[in-house]
Amino acid sequence: MDDKFKIGGKELDSRLFIGTGKFADYNQIPDVIKASKSQVVTVALRRVDFDIPEENMLEYLSSDVIMMPNTSGARNADEAIKIARIARAASGSNWVKIEVISDQKYLLPDNFETITAVEILAKEGFVVLPYMSPDLMAAKRMVDAGAAAIMPLGAPIGTNRGLKTKELVKVLIDEIDLPIIVDAGIGRPSEAAEAMEMGCAAVLVNTAIATADDPVLMAEAFGQAVECGRKAYLAGPGATADLAKASSPLTGFLRNE
Amino acid sequence: MSFYDEIINLQNIDTQASLKNTTTSKIASIIDKPKLRPDDFLALLSPAASDMIEQIAQQAYKVTLRHFGRCILIYTPMYLADYCVNYCVYCGFNASNDITRRKLSLVEVEMEAHEIAKTGLKHILILTGESRQHSSVSYIKDCVSILRKYFSSIATEIYPLSQDEYAELIAAGVDGLTIYQEVYDQKIYADIHPKGPKRDYKFRLEAPERAGQAGVRTINIGPLLGLANWQQEVFKAGIHAAYLQKKFPDVEVSVSLPRMRPQCGDYEPECPVSDSQLVQSLLALRLFLPRVGLTISTRESAELRDNLIPLAVTKMSAGSSTVVGGHTDSKDSVGQFDISDDRTVDQMRKVVAAHGYKPILKDWHDLT
Repeated sequence: MDDKFKIGGKELDSRLFIGTGKFADYNQIPDVIKASKSQVVTVALRRVDFDIPEENMLEYLSSDVIMMPNTSGARNADEAIKIARIARAASGSNWVKIEVISDQKYLLPDNFETITAVEILAKEGFVVLPYMSPDLMAAKRMVDAGAAAIMPLGAPIGTNRGLKTKELVKVLIDEIDLPIIVDAGIGRPSEAAEAMEMGCAAVLVNTAIATADDPVLMAEAFGQAVECGRKAYLAGPGATADLAKASSPLTGFLRNE
Repeated sequence: MSFYDEIINLQNIDTQASLKNTTTSKIASIIDKPKLRPDDFLALLSPAASDMIEQIAQQAYKVTLRHFGRCILIYTPMYLADYCVNYCVYCGFNASNDITRRKLSLVEVEMEAHEIAKTGLKHILILTGESRQHSSVSYIKDCVSILRKYFSSIATEIYPLSQDEYAELIAAGVDGLTIYQEVYDQKIYADIHPKGPKRDYKFRLEAPERAGQAGVRTINIGPLLGLANWQQEVFKAGIHAAYLQKKFPDVEVSVSLPRMRPQCGDYEPECPVSDSQLVQSLLALRLFLPRVGLTISTRESAELRDNLIPLAVTKMSAGSSTVVGGHTDSKDSVGQFDISDDRTVDQMRKVVAAHGYKPILKDWHDLT
């Protein structure tokens, strides 16, 4: 079955993106990527230490994965743009996940500033994937600004609470002609599968893998769950009913007419 | 409106009665709450909560793991000067202490920076005593311009400034502010700050707000434990942090709970705080403010710090010296206080890793 995922001029087999922010040991990351079969890994520039090889996350990534720097720490469009430019110069990757967060309590993204950053960076040739609060009008503006995909949150970062924004994400899947990638909030493989069944193009997972007792095994589980969910979406799940069919239909008496 | 108005309101709360009346069943219900109110936070500082410290710790561990992962940021302090015009009765830099004072020249600042940078650290906290003559804002800016070559994040722990002065430092490359109120109780504050500009309680209390208005990225506050009743002080510090989080949503707010350590002079803490009270305070802060940074310095013992790695803490200092020029040549100087954990940065990195956590040396990238 040919089900390639096309984004930013690349064809991907895997629909699981991996975040790297919360791992106890960078040496786990190559094994996590391998077990999950992920081909896109996001790295926060704020954590990359170019002076010490063992502290430089980029040293842990093989050349066959796409490095997607993210703008963690940016509080406005201007900071996100600066971070993206530094990251591209340092890593050679023109992919960027825009993360503009001006709320440190819930870590909710600022859609307004994000739109501005998308517009400028897309013009500069970046493959821009904006992290956003799932809002249809904001997503449309990001499409117009040149985004390569839209990354709505499932729940606030680090909460592992699952697809709390499901209804809003469904609207984006229906109305936006770009890949919808759920980023943040997914706590379990079953929730990743659920997002994929709904029609999301991919999911991004960090906390749930990095903080598992066995991150490598959890990465494998997420990889499989994403594949399963995607297959279910392609298969077209049968209609579901809220109630079992009554053995004595309530309108059975009408047949006697 | 500032946090000063909140402090006045807090004085009307009978915290002691609330603490006394808290039951273990109340604590059990608080532990499972997704969001705590201020009265829940106060209850977590009660004797009843201390009976349930293990259950609270289990929850604090989970909350910290979800929000911060297995990561501990490591930084070190660098003392620029110890001249001081204040008379804080608990401090080694007290103006009446007959110690040899020193201020680093810019050449010496560079030497210290070079020495610290060899450890791999990228986050530095610079400190001075309060002396606008010896440690002027322009001197601090000159130091920052040198330090920027070596570090990706520079925070200050200096005397309180005006909003314009904070803006000057931020423009020069400072991204963080640490300022401890020392004691939130106004009467005790007046007693232990008998002379000098630090007597102005309100100007100090509102300093984080002036820095926030000026656009600082991180603010770290806290009480100096040992000067007053620990529960009231920790409660007020937590309310202060919550206030700052709400007023400045884009600022990363942290809380430190430094405990009194021996220093030059003979001041004995009026209200010593035990290890279990310190831990209870950290855990209560974590459940009340899940996203707040919690810092534990080398004032605390190696053993206690090691045990705190998985328990709510997010930042630790290492390789510390409280002496001006302490990273290069400190033969004749006296420190602000004695440190307890004297392990090097390299040792601390290994210890954090051995506990299954990632020692983070860099968590910000200078964008200017």
